[in-house]
This record gives sequence, structure tokens and C-alpha cells, in this order.
Amino acid sequence: MRLTTLAVAATLLTAGSAIAEIVAPGDVDYDEYGAIAASLTGQAGDAASGAMIMTNRGKGNCVACHDVTALKDAPFHGEVGPSLDGTGSRWSEAELRGLVANAKKTFDGTVMPAFYKTDGFTRPGDGYTGKAAQGEIEPILSAQEIEDVVAFLMTLTDE
Amino acid sequence: MKFKALTAAAALLAVSGTAFAGGPDDDTLVLNGEIEMVTKTAAPEHMENIDEIISGWHFRTDETQALQMDDFENQGMIFVDQAMEVWNTAEGSEGKSCADCHGDPADSMAGVAASYPKFDADAGEMQTVQMQVNDCREENMGAEPWKYDSGTAVNMDALIASHSRGMPVNVAIDGDAAPYWEKGKEIYYTRYGILELSCASCHEQNYGNYIRADHLSQGQINGFPTYRLKNAKLNGSHSRFKGCIRDTRAETFSAGSDEFIALELYVKSRGNGLSIEGPSVRN
Ligand code: HEC
Ligand code: HEC
Repeated sequence: MRLTTLAVAATLLTAGSAIAEIVAPGDVDYDEYGAIAASLTGQAGDAASGAMIMTNRGKGNCVACHDVTALKDAPFHGEVGPSLDGTGSRWSEAELRGLVANAKKTFDGTVMPAFYKTDGFTRPGDGYTGKAAQGEIEPILSAQEIEDVVAFLMTLTDE
Repeated sequence: MKFKALTAAAALLAVSGTAFAGGPDDDTLVLNGEIEMVTKTAAPEHMENIDEIISGWHFRTDETQALQMDDFENQGMIFVDQAMEVWNTAEGSEGKSCADCHGDPADSMAGVAASYPKFDADAGEMQTVQMQVNDCREENMGAEPWKYDSGTAVNMDALIASHSRGMPVNVAIDGDAAPYWEKGKEIYYTRYGILELSCASCHEQNYGNYIRADHLSQGQINGFPTYRLKNAKLNGSHSRFKGCIRDTRAETFSAGSDEFIALELYVKSRGNGLSIEGPSVRN
């Protein structure tokens, strides 16, 4: 992986692009297989930021369930989901965007949480307090954070 | 037990950060060198998706397991001793103690934890051990009820459980218990919270797997109350349910709620056939 190079490229892209149109969780266009063709922000994802989100407990916490060789510096990779090594070769960017935003559209009934969804929950809570959610529910990850995670997943290719 | 081998593996784990596919281990739980516990057995008929039921003990490290094998090592027993003092202390307007009516708990309480929660025909409700204890306090002692899952209440729960250790869990789920059981089952399979996870997502579909640093068990409650190294006290099953639901980023139910009474009956029934282990030791 060339995180640094990628991060720099991403920053350049971000700086260069026009004001982004953010697609709200309720307006996301999933195809019949659960993929999302268009970027949620119109901005390129930052793979280095994606890697951080994947290991951060309060964010993606993806390593709670998935093993990722490239993220071995973060301890305790889970076994609930498959290893994410090689996902960038197995899936297209659109498919990965759909998987991270709402994996249930790809895998019916999967235990993997939907990271870009704001309604349809049973007893939604206010973070990890055990209390009821207050006001409007925020998705677990923002549109740009989804793009960042997708950018990182795209670097996980089979050599 | 293989302390050395496991410690080496654990050290490796810390260094490389690799989780190893766990599953339950094959150790045997013998209490105080005397009572051999049933920690794995055929699932009761009413279980739909699991063939073998397994005590949470099998998913803990050898070090944690060892603490539960000997009452002098099991710090939960310190709280049982405290509850024994309470057992013998007269309280309330009637000036009676538990001992005045029930004598030695080793005789009178044997088997109680194995059959509760239980439908109480007089009260017309499903009763947990803690509810029964509070009924005794209010009706027979003229004393204040204890707060659900509070220290004193859980310690007494553990004293009572300790006298059923080695006996098989055997809660009734038919007749008057049936509607409670159905309700508990529905809760067990409901995907709560913003993470949309049910008890089954973790404890039925994924037991044996690591979820971050935690080795998922079947979420059985034959070992409750549980002494947790994490908070150094005894913990009731409702408090555990609460913590698990909170971790799905959900609004939880409270200890002693109708929902958790029903869930306790349902989860307990999933362990019908396992030995009572309370107070067990967990991390
Ligand atoms: C609570 C567990 C859990 C969490 C947290 C989780 N996943 Fe998953 N994930 C799964 C499971 C289980 C599957 C397999 C799909 C299935 O069969 O249900 C999966 C599948 C996937 C796949 C497809 C893998 C393949 O090659 O088939 C990707 C990509 C993925 N997850 C990425 C992520 C990312 C990125 C995050 C965090 C932002 C994440 N997951 C968080 C459980 C989880
Ligand atoms: C996000 C995953 C997750 C969900 C959902 C979950 N639990 Fe747990 N639970 C855990 C973990 C992790 C532990 C600690 C390791 C273990 O004992 O399995 C645990 C422990 C337990 C224990 C203690 C078992 C023992 O032997 O000490 C019980 C009982 C339990 N859970 C019941 C439930 C019930 C009932 C529900 C649903 C209301 C539930 N859990 C939902 C993750 C979960």
C-alpha cells in the first residue's frame, strides 16, 4: 500500500473540486445488487483517513468483526465477518460503497451494521449510553467517511 | 489445563494482534475437586438453531476458568459470605430474618436457582429469585424491598444460586409460563439499536468467534450471578442484558422490567440441562 501517496493525491483532488453535493442517507440510489454507482459526496475518498475510521471504535470499528492484514497495528481483529484482504480485487468501487453504506442491500439479513442509514431502527439509542436517541439520528459514518473507507478498501488488492 | 501453552499463545496474540479462531475449549469444570459440572450437553428440544449448549466458562481463558474451580479463589464467594450475614440478620417490622423461616440455605435453597424464573400462581406473575426474595421481605418480614440487581440483592441471589451448583437448569416453559417465554424469545431475536443486532446475532450465529477482544459465548445464564474481574463485584443477568443491548447503540430496558423478566426465562430455558454455576467468574 502507498497510503502516503494516496493521501496526498486525495488532498489534491479535494482541494481541486467544486462545492460537493452530498447525497443524504434517505436519497441513496442502490441498484438491485446493493451497489451505489455515484460518490456520495462528489469528492474522492482519502484512504489514510479510511484506515483510521476502520480501526476507531466510535467510527467504523470494522476490525471488531473483520481481519485486515494491512491494519495489523490495531490490535484484536474479529472473526464475525470474512477477512477483508483482497476486497479491492473482489468488489468494484460501487459495490464496496453499497456494502459500507448498507450491507443488508447486498447480503440479506447480514449482521453487518449499516453505516449510512438513519431510520427503520428498533429502539435506537443515544450512542452507547443506553438512553433513547435524541432528535434526528445521524448515520454512524458521514458521507465523506464512507468515501474514505471505500478508498481504503480499494487499496486492499491481491498482489 | 495447559497454562504454559496457553500463556505462550496469549503472548503471541498480544504481539501480532491476531485473533485465533476460538470455539469452546475441551476443559472439564470440577468444583472444589468434588462436583463435576455439566458444561456442554445436548440442546433442549425447544432450541431451534443450536444442537449443543455450552457454558460461558468454556470461552474464558484458563486463568479465569481456574478462579471458578475453587471457592477460595472465587472472589464471588466473598459476596456470598456477606449475603449469609444478611440471611441471619433480623429486619423489618416483624423482626425476622431469612433464617427464621428457611433455616440453613444449604438445605432450604437447594434447587431454587435451577427452577427460577417460575410462574407464581398466587401472585399471578412470572417471578425471578430476586422478586421472590423481595416478596418475602415485604410480606413476611415487613422490610423494604431491595432495588433490582443492587449489590445486596445480587449477593443474596448468588447465595441462593450457590446451593444449586451442579444441579441442571430446568425451568418450565409451558402452561402459564408460555406467554412469558414467547415474549422473551421475541426479544431475543429482535435486532435492536442503530447497529441492528439481536442476542442471536452474537450468541447464536457467532459464538466461538472473536468480536474485537471478546470471545463470544452462547450468552448462557447458568453461571449467574457472575463475578466479573472487570468491575470486581457480582453482576445480575439483567445488568448483563442491559449492557449487551446498550452495545448495539440501543435504548435498553431496565433491570427488573417485564421485558427482562421474560428474557431471563427464555435465556435460562436455552440452558436447560447445563449445571448451575453461580457465582461464576468472568472477565
Ligand atoms: C458486527 C459485525 C460487522 C462489522 C462491525 C462490520 N462488518 Fe463487514 N461484514 C460482516 C459480515 C458478517 C460480512 C459477511 C456478509 C454476510 O454473509 O453476512 C461482512 C462483509 C463485508 C464485506 C464483503 C467482504 C467480502 O469480501 O465478501 C466488506 C467489504 C465489509 N464487510 C466491510 C466492512 C467495513 C468497511 C466495515 C466498517 C466500516 C465493516 N465491514 C463492519 C460483519 C461486520
Ligand atoms: C454486539 C454483540 C452482542 C449482542 C448483540 C449481545 N451480546 Fe451478550 N455478550 C457479548 C459479549 C462480547 C459478551 C462477553 C463474552 C461472552 O460471554 O460471550 C457477552 C456476554 C453475555 C452474557 C454473559 C455470559 C456468561 O457466561 O457470562 C450473557 C448472559 C449475554 N451476553 C446475553 C445476551 C443477551 C440476552 C442479548 C440480547 C438481549 C445479548 N447478550 C446481546 C456481545 C453481545
